[in-house]
Amino acid sequence: MADLLSILPQQLVFGLALGTVYGLIALGYTMVYGVLLMINFAHGEVFMIGAYIGWAVLAFLLNHAVGGLHPIWVLPVLLLPAMLMCGLLGMTIERFAYRPLYLRGGSRLAPLISAFGASIFLQNAVMLTQGARMKVYMTNTLFPRTWRFDIFGVNISVLVVVMVSVSLLLTWGLIQLVQKTTLGRSIRAVSEDREMASVMGVNVGQVIGLTFFLGSALGGAAGVLVGLYYTQIDFVMGYSAGLKAFTAAVLGGIGNIKGAMVGGLLLGLIESVAVTFINPAFKDVVAFAVLILVLMFRPEGIFGEALSDRKKV
Amino acid sequence: MIEFLRRHWYWFLLAVGVIAPLLAPNDYVVGVLARICLYSMLALGLNIVVGFAGLLDIGYVAFFGIGSYVYAFLASPHFGLHLPFVPVMIIVTMAAAISGILIGAPTLRLHGDYLAIVTLGFGEITYLCLVNLDRPINITGGPSGLIRIDPPQFFGYVIDRNIEYYYMFLVTLGFLLFASIRLRDSRIGWAWRAIREDELAAASMGVNTTVSKLQAFALGATFAGFAGGLLASWQHSVFPDNFLFQESINVLAMVILGGMGSVLGVILGATIIVALPEVFRDLSVYRLLAFGALMMVVMIVRPQGLLPEGFATVRKKVAEPPTANPNT
Repeated sequence: MADLLSILPQQLVFGLALGTVYGLIALGYTMVYGVLLMINFAHGEVFMIGAYIGWAVLAFLLNHAVGGLHPIWVLPVLLLPAMLMCGLLGMTIERFAYRPLYLRGGSRLAPLISAFGASIFLQNAVMLTQGARMKVYMTNTLFPRTWRFDIFGVNISVLVVVMVSVSLLLTWGLIQLVQKTTLGRSIRAVSEDREMASVMGVNVGQVIGLTFFLGSALGGAAGVLVGLYYTQIDFVMGYSAGLKAFTAAVLGGIGNIKGAMVGGLLLGLIESVAVTFINPAFKDVVAFAVLILVLMFRPEGIFGEALSDRKKV
Repeated sequence: MIEFLRRHWYWFLLAVGVIAPLLAPNDYVVGVLARICLYSMLALGLNIVVGFAGLLDIGYVAFFGIGSYVYAFLASPHFGLHLPFVPVMIIVTMAAAISGILIGAPTLRLHGDYLAIVTLGFGEITYLCLVNLDRPINITGGPSGLIRIDPPQFFGYVIDRNIEYYYMFLVTLGFLLFASIRLRDSRIGWAWRAIREDELAAASMGVNTTVSKLQAFALGATFAGFAGGLLASWQHSVFPDNFLFQESINVLAMVILGGMGSVLGVILGATIIVALPEVFRDLSVYRLLAFGALMMVVMIVRPQGLLPEGFATVRKKVAEPPTANPNT
């Protein structure tokens, strides 16, 4: 037991790093759920594609860069194309797989099934073009193993600090955008009442598209961070990460932006505790059990208000 | 002609089912036909939950797995038990029904997307348990599964050829098909569809929504558990990877492609989804790509499925809804 307690702080640091990334992915679920009341099941795949884009850019830099690579400029160079392309991908998915369905109205099952279709399609498209084997991130060239420091005997690498700060920074930026800008006001108006917003002159289709862009861009950034952290990526990584992130979004209260980040952190920490005290093989069982318990006993999550009947499905 | 087929499709289908393996060029094709029967059973079961009652279950394959593993526990050297086939199948069916109720009960308050996610969670937990419960006590055999499972045996006659399995599955499928139609037209079936259309209205019209939903979960699980037992007896082995999330989506795709709520439709869906990859074997790497695209296209172009509900009925007219019973 004393042994377990001594490794707990270290595990909590890992949990914190993963938790912020879960939170970053969860933002995409939460924003889409806010405006469309649907689970964008293809979001995990957007995250996976972000990881592949980051990998491709990093490999390109390693082949062509003359001087040494320094994370200060390389990290933005990895993140920006991944975010941009994932954002566009998210808009494309929305345009082709979801818009024809929600415009027609009718069953809420149809968009969900279409989302599964999109998810399977993207996974296999990546597998066919990139191969089924894992890709390896050359993280060492960016963040050498020696870049780490000790605090009270807990070993923290610079990469973990970078992951947490980038995630929190992006979340902060999103909150500012949603609260302070015109676009943010439109997004909030559409999630409040789509018809009313459209009557008041909001271009609803465009706002929904941009919401997908923002959520997917954050998912892409998360993909790059996870790629750097785990150093190995494959075409199925989006499935479990997406599921965890969705759990995080529900835990924090779906539709709530701050909640998504808090939910992600909480889930990361719960998982690290589970890894320490229970069998690591059951880490995912614990995550799913948390999801089921939250949905059963507090479906509105930690920060969520009670959903109105319209939103209750 | 069309009208004739619509009314008598049941017999037509049975005739096709009986003749099909006799025309099969080789044993492999008979195996594929047997798989079509097996997956049709799964699709009929999921059709009860998703099609009739409108409860989106995307962890359905968990019951299939439970059925298979219970069969394997009772009829293999793993625990040294070799119970006869019929009692084993009865126990398998009961175990599946009980697990359906156990998983159904906590989810009764949930709707739509949330229900889907919780069932997905249960499906994943079942899979992870199958993979990991080989330590500290070996229960499930872990990732390498359970092998040397007993084949079905009737009065000393051991079934071992594909064509014999096929006819056994066909008889079972015919029975489950009949059961599906009778359930659909019964009081329970009307209650399910009432819940699907509007739960609040159904409840205020006197439908006991709790009991009805549990019945849907239990019966759906029963079909899947039964099919699972048959799978174990046919393969002589079970592995956790037979019961991946992907399988749940496959079965769901059968139901959706055929037409949710349409008994004939889901059998057509199962036939297409099992047979297509066999037909396009050379293009098998593009199979899932096309499959994903197909799911999107079907939802956009024909969300009601290929043979939507109400296309084919046993009688000319769908049965009248039973008159309200003040006791329910």
